[in-house]
Amino acid sequence: MKSNRRSFINLLLGVGSIGALAATLYPILSYLIPPKIREPKVTALKAGKVDDLKLNSAKIIRFGRVPVILIRADSGQYFALSATCTHLECIVQYESSRKQIICACHNGVYDLSGRNVSGPPPRPLDEYLVHVIDNEVIIAERKV
Amino acid sequence: MHMSRKLLLLFIVFQIFNLNRGYSATGIDSLKISTSCFICHKETENLPADISPDDAHLQAAISCAGCHGGDDTSDDPDISMSRTHGFKGVPLKKDIPQLCGKCHSDINFMRKYQPRMATDQVDQYFQSIHGKQLLRGDQKVADCTSCHTAHAIRPVSDPRSSVYALNLPATCNHCHGDSMLMSKYKLKSDAYKMYRSSVHGIALLDRKDTNAPACNDCHGNHGATPPGIESIAYVCGTCHMNNSQYFSESKMSKVFSSSGFHSCEQCHGHHYIIPPTDQMLGTDSSSVCIKCHKSGDAGYQAAKDIYDQVTGFAKLYAQAEQQLQEIRTKGMNDVEIGFTLQESRQHLIQLRTLVHTFDVGKISSKSAEGQKLLAGAIDMEKFEIKEFYWRRFGFGISTLAFVILIIALILKIRQKK
Amino acid sequence: MNHFFNSKMYRWLDERLDLEPVKNLIVHKTVPVHKHTLWYYLGGVTLFLFFIQVFTGILLLMYYQPTEDTAYESIQFILNKVHFGWLIRNIHSWGANLMIFFAFVHMFSVFFTRAYEKPRELTWVSGFILLVLAMAFGFSGYLLPWNELSFFATKVGTDIVGTIPLIGEKLKIIIRGGDDVSGATLSRFFGLHVAILPALFTMLLALHLSLVQRQGVSEPWFFKMLPEIKKRYISFFPDFVMRDMLLWLIINLIILSLAVFYPWNLGLKADPLSSAPLGIKPEWYFMFMFQTLKFLPPHLLGIEGETLGVLFFGLVAILWMMLPFIKIKNKFLYQHRFTPLLGILGLVFIIVMTILGYIL
Repeated sequence: MKSNRRSFINLLLGVGSIGALAATLYPILSYLIPPKIREPKVTALKAGKVDDLKLNSAKIIRFGRVPVILIRADSGQYFALSATCTHLECIVQYESSRKQIICACHNGVYDLSGRNVSGPPPRPLDEYLVHVIDNEVIIAERKV
Repeated sequence: MHMSRKLLLLFIVFQIFNLNRGYSATGIDSLKISTSCFICHKETENLPADISPDDAHLQAAISCAGCHGGDDTSDDPDISMSRTHGFKGVPLKKDIPQLCGKCHSDINFMRKYQPRMATDQVDQYFQSIHGKQLLRGDQKVADCTSCHTAHAIRPVSDPRSSVYALNLPATCNHCHGDSMLMSKYKLKSDAYKMYRSSVHGIALLDRKDTNAPACNDCHGNHGATPPGIESIAYVCGTCHMNNSQYFSESKMSKVFSSSGFHSCEQCHGHHYIIPPTDQMLGTDSSSVCIKCHKSGDAGYQAAKDIYDQVTGFAKLYAQAEQQLQEIRTKGMNDVEIGFTLQESRQHLIQLRTLVHTFDVGKISSKSAEGQKLLAGAIDMEKFEIKEFYWRRFGFGISTLAFVILIIALILKIRQKK
Repeated sequence: MNHFFNSKMYRWLDERLDLEPVKNLIVHKTVPVHKHTLWYYLGGVTLFLFFIQVFTGILLLMYYQPTEDTAYESIQFILNKVHFGWLIRNIHSWGANLMIFFAFVHMFSVFFTRAYEKPRELTWVSGFILLVLAMAFGFSGYLLPWNELSFFATKVGTDIVGTIPLIGEKLKIIIRGGDDVSGATLSRFFGLHVAILPALFTMLLALHLSLVQRQGVSEPWFFKMLPEIKKRYISFFPDFVMRDMLLWLIINLIILSLAVFYPWNLGLKADPLSSAPLGIKPEWYFMFMFQTLKFLPPHLLGIEGETLGVLFFGLVAILWMMLPFIKIKNKFLYQHRFTPLLGILGLVFIIVMTILGYIL
C-alpha cells in the first residue's frame, strides 16, 4: 500500500517535472528562433534600391508609426517628408506635373523642402534625411 | 459776429456735447505728431472718438490735412480750417470713396509707402453692389470707413483690425445682420447667424483657423457681390478643388446649369454649410438626391448604389477602428494596423469626394480598392485578438503543469514527515 | 540519498575532487524549526528571483539594442514580433520588482530575528550591499527601454545625485556620461546593468552564501535558550530544499500570472526635447526617498533641502549597514530592548512614505 502510494507520488513528481520543464523550455526555444522580420523597423529605414523609384515620382512608406512620402526629383535627388498634412491630417500626394506636393483635401500646396507655399496648411512638413548607401535608399530621422 | 468768434462759440457748444471721449489719451501721447490740427485738437480734447495710435495713416505720419484738407502748419483756425486753404471738414458719405482713392488709387503715391499694395480698390468698389448703391444716393450703404473705420485703420493682417479674418464676419454683420435695414433691400439678415454655426464659421471663429473662409473669401472684398450661379463651383473649388473638378466633369453639372441650379449650394447650402453626412446620399428622407430623382430613373438607382458603396465602406472602417481600440486596450501590437487604417481613412475621404463624379463605376472601384486594404487590416486585427487569447490559453496549460508538480511536491513533503 | 552518494557519477567526481566536505554539509546541515522558520525561505526566494533575472536578462540581450536610436524599437520588436518576447520581457520587469521586494522583506526579517548578531556581522554587511546593488540594477535597467518615463525618471534621479555636496556635480556627470541624459547615459547604464553590476553582485552573493553555509543557519535567541532535546531541526537536504523548491514553484507561478495578466506598458519613445510628463515618479523602491525629499523645505539651516535629504539617507544607510557593530553604553545596539522599535520605525516610515508618494 505504502509503496503504491510512494510510486504514485513519484510518478506524479515525474510527470509534473516533465510538464513544468516543457512549459519552461518551449517558450524559451521559440524565443531564440528569430522571427520572420529580422530587424526592428527603426529610426533608419531601408526604402528600396536607388532605381526602384522612377524620376519625378513618389511613394508613401511607413516609418515607425508615421507615413512618410519619398520623392525622387527630376535631378535624381531624393526627398523625404512627413506625409501627414499639417492642416487637417489628410495624407498628401506628389503632383509630378507641378513638381509640388499637394493635399487633395483642401488644396494645400508644399514645395519639395516641405514648406507650405499655398492653401490652408499652417506649417511646413517635417523633413527626413535621405542617404544613398551601396545603392540602397535609407531614410533617417532628422536630428535637431 | 466775426467768423472766428462764431467758430469759438460753435467750438464751446461742441465741447459741451462731447465730454465723453472714446480714445485713449495715453496711447495718442506716444505719437510724435507735430501738425497743428493734431496738436490743437488734442489739447482741446477734440480728437475723433475712434482715433487710435495704431491707425495706419497716423503711423505713416500722414497729416489730418491729407484727407480733410486745410493748412496744417498754422495755429490760427481761421487759416488752418479755411475753405480757401482747401479745408473739407467732415466729408460727405458720397465723396468718401473718391477721397480715399485720391491716394489709394494712385500707384505713384502708394509705392512710397507700400510698393506692392493694390490700387484698384475704388474701381472695384464702384463695380460692387455697395458702390452702385452709393452712386444712387443711398446713405445707409457701406463706404470705405464702414468696414475700415475712419481713424483706426489697421492693416488686414493686424488681429485688431476690423477687417482681420476673425473680425470680418462681425464687421459685415453690422449692417447685414440688421433686419430692419436689410428688409429695405429685400435681403435676409441671417447670413452671420447661419455662417456662425456652419463648418466654416466654427473653423474660423472657434478654432481660429484663419485659413477658413470669411465673408470676403467667397463674396470678394471691395467688389463684393454674391457669386453668380456659374461661379459658385469655382468659388468653392478654390479650396475644395477635387470636389469642384469632379463635379464640373460630371453629367450633373450640365444638367444643373441648364436647370438654373446653384451647383455646390444646391446640396450643401451657402452660409449654413454643415459637415456633410453619408445620409445625404441614397434614397430615403434625408437624401438630397430624391429631390429630383424619382423611383425608376437611372439617377435613383445610382443614388442607391453610391449610398451602398460609401456607407458599406464607412461601416467596415468604423468596425475596424473599434476593433483597433480593443486591441490597444488589450495591449497587443497596434502599429501596423494603425498605419493601414490611416491609409484606409484616406481612401474613405477620397471615396466621399468621388461622390461628386456621380459615377457609380469610379466609386465602386475606389471602394473595392479601399476594402482590400481594410480586409488586410482586419486580418491583422483578428490575428492579434487570437494571439491575446492564445497567450492566456498557453498560460493555462503551463499553470496546469506547474500545479501538478506543486501538488506532487506537497505530497512528497508530507510523505517524508 | 545514499543511492546518490554511491552512484558511479558521484564516485567518479569524488575521486578527482574530494567531495567529502560537500557531502558532509549536505548530509549534516540542518535548519531549526520554530515559529519564525518561514522567514528562512526568503533569502532563497530572493536568490531564485535573481536567477530568473539573469536568465531572462540574457534572453533579452539576444534582441536588445543599446543605442539611443534603436533601444525603444528593439523592445517594441521583442514585444510585438519575437515569439514569447512579451513573456520574457514581462517576467524580467516583474521579476525585478519582486526581487527587490523580497530582498527588503528578507533584510527586515533578519533584523527582527537579530540574526545579524555576532558572528554573522559580515553576512549582514554583504547582504546590505547586495540590496544596494539590486536597487542599482533596478535604476540602471529602468532606463534601458528608453521611453518617456524612464528618460525622465533617470533625469530626476541623477539630478538628485547632483545635490550631494562637493562631489555631487562631478558624480552626476560621470553617471550621465555628460551634462544631460543622452545616448551616452544609455551606454553607461547598459554596461553597468549587464556587466559591472552582475560581476559585483555575483562576487558578493558568493561571499554571502558561503558565509551562510559556513556558519549555518542562525538560531533565534528563544530557540538557543531551549534545552537540547526540545530543539527541533529538519535536514537541509532534502527536507528544507524540497520546501524551498515548492516555494520557488509558487513564486514562479505568481510571476507568470503577473506577466500574462498585468503586462508592462512600453509607452512613448523618449524625446529629450519634450517636457517631463506630469507626476513623474520613480519606481516604488525609491519612492519613499523621493517623497521624503519632496516634503523637505527648499532650505533648512542654510543648506539646500535636497542635499540635507540625500545626506540624511546616506547617513542612515551607513548606520544601518554597520548595525552589528554599533555599541551604546558598552552594550551592542542589538542587545538593547528598544532596537526592534527602531526597525519598526524605519519600516513604518518606508511604508507610509511609499504610500504617500502614490496618493499625493
